[in-house]
Amino acid sequence: MQIIQPHYHGIARTTQDYERMAMSGVVAVAEPAFWAGFDRAYPETFIDYFRQISEFEPTRAAEYGIRHFCWVGVNPKEAENLRLSFEVLEKMPEFFSQPTVLGVGEIGFHKTTKNEEQIFEAQVQLAIDHNQLILIHTPHLQDKVRGTQRTLDVLRNMNVDPQRVWIDHVEEHTIRAPLDAGYWVGFTLYPITKCSPRRAVDMLELYGHERILVNSSADWGPSDPFTLQECIQDFRRRGHSVQESIEVFHNNPCRFLGQCSKFDINPVRIETIESCAVS
Amino acid sequence: MASIWEILELMQKPREVLDRYYLDARCQLLEIAAMLDRYDRSRDGVVESQDKRIELMYESLAMLAERETTPNRSERLLHHFSEPV
Repeated sequence: MQIIQPHYHGIARTTQDYERMAMSGVVAVAEPAFWAGFDRAYPETFIDYFRQISEFEPTRAAEYGIRHFCWVGVNPKEAENLRLSFEVLEKMPEFFSQPTVLGVGEIGFHKTTKNEEQIFEAQVQLAIDHNQLILIHTPHLQDKVRGTQRTLDVLRNMNVDPQRVWIDHVEEHTIRAPLDAGYWVGFTLYPITKCSPRRAVDMLELYGHERILVNSSADWGPSDPFTLQECIQDFRRRGHSVQESIEVFHNNPCRFLGQCSKFDINPVRIETIESCAVS
Repeated sequence: MASIWEILELMQKPREVLDRYYLDARCQLLEIAAMLDRYDRSRDGVVESQDKRIELMYESLAMLAERETTPNRSERLLHHFSEPV
């Protein structure tokens, strides 16, 4: 089955992961810009990072037949540094014309501070001004409810089309409000700190398949790109068809990401061959 | 052989236990909650004779909810899940 991994931090993973993902049916990944595990000191470091994910990483994925797309943005954690963030924001539009850049992300809140909010608003406005898709990170653990609520409050006051916004890392306690407001939502499958594959399947059964993306994130922390395949396996074991799986794990990413014309992978449908009699 | 003082020195402090294992335990509690929700949804309002395993689950949770207890919760749970000898 063809799978799209819509949130994947390839720079933190080995090439073997690409190989194994390709063998398991992954045809494309999308890599948001994120926190590198330490706070960067210079805007140029971000620029080089954007070059890495928009120029180099696609070549690494292509070795295994995987299409690689990316997002650029100042992540919520480093958004606390206003001066640095604004210097990076000035340079971001240069990347919007790159052939694999899909939009602005992942942006949003980490500790839900005033500085984070200022940079979040500035990046949403930048995306609106340049007609870019938006990918929003929501906080981990005990900060998630407050951060998600504040995210929705900020977006409500901006002229943003909810259909072009993906609010990621939702769980059972934060899924309803973004879906009700018309946004896309994402389940991030982490071994410990976010959603598990089985809980993700529960939510797919409860909330349906529309405007939902499932991803592994898979970064430098305790994470595993194959939690996505675990999720697909549990989905199938509960009796959902291959076509339903394709709708969620391939076609939904096509529908959301395909709003950017650079993402040119189309939804697929399985057809049964009526007659294959040997003459 | 280590003295009792050396053993006590090696033991984790309460804060260290939580630092190391809280998120794991939180994750496992969420899995239990989701499994019980899943079970209830699968019954779809139909009242049927309870499977003994679901009784074991709830009895185990009640055992874990006792704050004041002997320090052998794992052992007691395993006995609870065991066939009578």
